[in-house]
Amino acid sequence: MSSTKEIVITPLFKNNPIALQVLGVCSALAVTTNMNNAVVMTLAVIAVASLSNMFISIIRNQIPSNIRIIVQMTIIASLVIVVDQVLKAVVYDVSKQLSVFVGLIITNCIILGRAEAFAMKNPPIPSFIDGVGNGLGYGVVLLFVAFFRELFGAGTLFGYEILPLVTNGGWYYSNGMLLLPPSAFFLIGIMIWLIRTKYPEQVEKPEFVIAPNTRKEAV
Amino acid sequence: MSSNKDSIGRTIIVALVLCVVCSVVVSAAAVMLKPMQQYNMDQDRKSNILRAAGIVDPSKSVDELFEQITTRTVNLQAGQFTEEFMAEVEDFRRAAGDPSLSRSLSRSEDVASIKRQPLKMPVYIVEAEDGSIEKLILPIHGYGLWSTMYGFLALEGDLNTVAGLGFYEHAETPGLGGEIDNPSWRASWIGKQIYSGESTDEPALRVIKGAVDPSQSGSEYRIDGLAGATLTANGVTNMIRFWMGESGFGPFIANLRAASEAGSAELVEPEADADADVLEVDEV
Repeated sequence: MSSTKEIVITPLFKNNPIALQVLGVCSALAVTTNMNNAVVMTLAVIAVASLSNMFISIIRNQIPSNIRIIVQMTIIASLVIVVDQVLKAVVYDVSKQLSVFVGLIITNCIILGRAEAFAMKNPPIPSFIDGVGNGLGYGVVLLFVAFFRELFGAGTLFGYEILPLVTNGGWYYSNGMLLLPPSAFFLIGIMIWLIRTKYPEQVEKPEFVIAPNTRKEAV
Repeated sequence: MSSNKDSIGRTIIVALVLCVVCSVVVSAAAVMLKPMQQYNMDQDRKSNILRAAGIVDPSKSVDELFEQITTRTVNLQAGQFTEEFMAEVEDFRRAAGDPSLSRSLSRSEDVASIKRQPLKMPVYIVEAEDGSIEKLILPIHGYGLWSTMYGFLALEGDLNTVAGLGFYEHAETPGLGGEIDNPSWRASWIGKQIYSGESTDEPALRVIKGAVDPSQSGSEYRIDGLAGATLTANGVTNMIRFWMGESGFGPFIANLRAASEAGSAELVEPEADADADVLEVDEV
């Protein structure tokens, strides 16, 4: 049994759900246009991941194995709806921007993945902590991507102007592409590259090797 | 133990208990948070209206600022106020989906590409001390490039000069069409004229390509284009053409003008105007 600290720290970089397991990329593309959204989304995912892990772990010995995925999904879906309702009541502006993506936490593979892989086999408290750790791991990537997208795409951070835009009388020509979803792909790719440079053991073995060219080039 | 856990009876019991517990949790959350959500939506709507009208005062709360605004409902085809009260902007969207509350638009009529138009729309009025209209705020919507853009257009008391424009919902490309939210572009609308003549059937205001030359005649009916967002800008133009034209608020504005020429008191004291089916409506 790994220690508490390890359960929280490992998913941040060593076993990051987005960077290593490449789960939950869909929402990472959609909600990272600014830091505010990324932070709220991170908190929502942490809440759902940790609580669903905990509840599933509490009843893990009661769950019949043939309906276990349905049971997990029901718990996750209920929690997501509760989180969505709370966001609408507390931070209405942000919830409007996150729109469907809060609801789509249900389909975020990180949460079901952790429920199935960790919570079904471990006691409630470590499961809860594992949920927090994986939520944070997701958040690290989100914040990294959102930082670059908001700063260079809109010239702001958390809505505060950092680089004054030409359209507002400043000097910075914003890079509109960073506000579009494809840019998140590049940024996540760069982040995966950085993490794998630090932890070379994460690099997968190539599934096949391209055979050397046996024919001579056409004359 | 394991066979017991997986028995059919046990499976059904676990599923049932889980469903009951989860549904209680979800419905409790929804019911308990409802008042707060309603409040937030209300605040959001009000602040959008205030922003479009250019009424900004950080020292006062949204509710305080909104006190100066009267909400009324307009029957679009008659161009007159109606008794029926629509407090929520959302109401007209629901109405657009209800055949008894909306009408479908013919292709030639539907310049804003909204397919169905509610028969009645809410309008927001800022009244001056003497009871005349200081600002009139109209909800407008139309299709841009990707999405239906919902916004408010505020007019000055002359019912022709733009006092402000603001969108509260759209999904145009960020950085291109999304620049309709840009404060400096929105500021360029202020002071422009909607109609070039007496008639309110066909608005003259257009968003053009490129920048407006202020020295040219007619520049008061032209708005700078948005670079890289011609289709969104066309959508905005169409929206203005539709909503300020004869199928939109055109007849209403014509009636208001006629009323204000006959004496501005008529708007606030509708009893004096026998023809108009006007009734004072309570504050929101």
